[in-house]
Amino acid sequence: MPEQLQRSMIEIKNVTRSYGAFKALDDASLTIREGEFFSLLGPSGCGKTTLLRMIAGFDNPTSGSIAVGGQPMEGIPANRRPTNMVFQSYAIFPHLNVEQNVAYGLKRLKLQGGEEKRRVEEALAQVSLTGLGKRLATELSGGQRQRVALARALVMRPKVLLLDEPLSALDKKLREQMQVELRRLQQAVGITFVLVTHDQYEALAMSDRIAVMFGGRIAQVASPKEIYQRPVNRQVADFLGGMNFVKAEIVEENGATLVVDTLGFGRVKTDKPKAFVRNGGGATLGIRPERLRVLWDNATAKFEVAGKVVERHYFGEITHLIVEIPGLEKPLSVTETNDFGADDIPVGTSVRLAYDPEALVAMAD
Amino acid sequence: MRARRFLPGGWLSAYAFLYIVFLYLPVIFLPIFSINTAPTPKFPLAGYTLKWYEDLPNTPALLDAAWNSLVVGVSASVLATVLGILAARSITRYRYPGRRTINGLIMAPLVLPEVIVAISMLLVMLQLGLSLSLFTVVLGHVLVCIPYSMTVLTSGFEGFDRSLEEASADLGESAFGTFRRVTLPMVAPAIISSLLVCFTISLDEFIIAFFLTGTEATLPIYIWGQLRFASKLPGVLALGTLLLVASFLLMTIAEILRRRAARRTQNEGGLYA
Repeated sequence: MPEQLQRSMIEIKNVTRSYGAFKALDDASLTIREGEFFSLLGPSGCGKTTLLRMIAGFDNPTSGSIAVGGQPMEGIPANRRPTNMVFQSYAIFPHLNVEQNVAYGLKRLKLQGGEEKRRVEEALAQVSLTGLGKRLATELSGGQRQRVALARALVMRPKVLLLDEPLSALDKKLREQMQVELRRLQQAVGITFVLVTHDQYEALAMSDRIAVMFGGRIAQVASPKEIYQRPVNRQVADFLGGMNFVKAEIVEENGATLVVDTLGFGRVKTDKPKAFVRNGGGATLGIRPERLRVLWDNATAKFEVAGKVVERHYFGEITHLIVEIPGLEKPLSVTETNDFGADDIPVGTSVRLAYDPEALVAMAD
Repeated sequence: MRARRFLPGGWLSAYAFLYIVFLYLPVIFLPIFSINTAPTPKFPLAGYTLKWYEDLPNTPALLDAAWNSLVVGVSASVLATVLGILAARSITRYRYPGRRTINGLIMAPLVLPEVIVAISMLLVMLQLGLSLSLFTVVLGHVLVCIPYSMTVLTSGFEGFDRSLEEASADLGESAFGTFRRVTLPMVAPAIISSLLVCFTISLDEFIIAFFLTGTEATLPIYIWGQLRFASKLPGVLALGTLLLVASFLLMTIAEILRRRAARRTQNEGGLYA
């Protein structure tokens, strides 16, 4: 992977945005690479939208700096930045039709010889709206408005396309379809996309890299797989889906590895996360529910824990089992696909669970 | 199952009917007597004629008054609407201390006794050394028109999705270009509506014009003057009917435009679509 060789597109350095005593963004630093699909993920109020709006030029950092394409953005207003934005409300001009909406930004460029028309048509084709150019904004469905907003921004050929929760107003099915389309479109045009979202699945499905944010701070920046499998702390782990947390005692800590003692999983040797900072003698081990597997009949595994099913929740294609393990203060949550009859395991059954020690992730307390 | 709602009892309907009659019956008499052959407004009607209307264009004093009303109406409505735009934009767009108080003060002329406003304005104008003329009438009318202009414009500006202006800036447009290409077209119906409402108010306004004008009469003042002569009454009725029709038409158009403006700004955005 030549990722390390890629040039940076957006450089965010120690950016803080305060409103009085409240810090919407607190000393955030981040590099977004050229041609990358980058997501800012976090709960509402974590500062992700503030950061996006500062890249667009609608807000300014209280301190710190932002550069786009190597050019410092300080003092450059939104209308002269090489970025374009897809707004959460889409902000389609209601007094203009689709074509006029898409051509809005081109009008100022005074393109010659039908170039404007050509580019508008190209942009409409990119978002599969060919033939709807004469429609008024009021005659469009939510999904179509979204596409107009996308075409209107893409037609400007920005260095960076900013997307502010663009899918949050769509229903589930359309949202999933648009996720695939957006990803495909980004790969086709090769423009850097920066997406703001509070939906972890959206971020995981679409991004090359994700920054997870809490309370104005960036907690972790990594690929979707790493964020999901190797969260740096409990907060990130929790936000990215279900996670079983197990109390652990640090026995040994050296360069790259960590040896801990747990009551349920015994002594475990794991990779030490990059951002791991020891805080006393304790740590937390995490394991995703789908990384625990029920052992049937006499099957054995190299690593297993035994317990008793105390709850069972049926979800169609999967079943959640809640399994009490002697010695663990909280029962483990296990996700099984319903192909071997996990949905038929009676509550109260004793089961053994197999796990891969690789799936155990250590987090500082 | 859906509960149906009937108008409760016959009494309420009867009351509503009488209420409407009380409101509009006197107004209906105006056009009826204006086409009566006899010069006195009495039933039974003597016959049908349009001569009172035909006489109107042949009355120079009336034409002067009509012209004065037009000048005052246009000036007052333009001035009141421009000031209204600024005030309505500030009230709907920004949050600042005293916003409600300022809004209240701007709306206050609606409920102040007009004769008191007229007298105070007269005193102020004279203190300022202004001689009474159509200009002073315009100033007075701007004062009474602004609350109406504000009402119409705030409803047009309210809920104006700020991201529309941001989207325009984001697409490279300057602040002035954004105002010209997005803000203005969006609120144009409300602005026209405000102009029409203000013009109508000014056209019909009597007390302030009566106090603040010098020798030049506006239409209501002309009508007031004519009432002294019994023989002129049918002409006044004819003129009154025309004013009535004009006001009604202008207000209807204004309301249609105001609703269109409100729809435009308020029902926008994918979140509510």
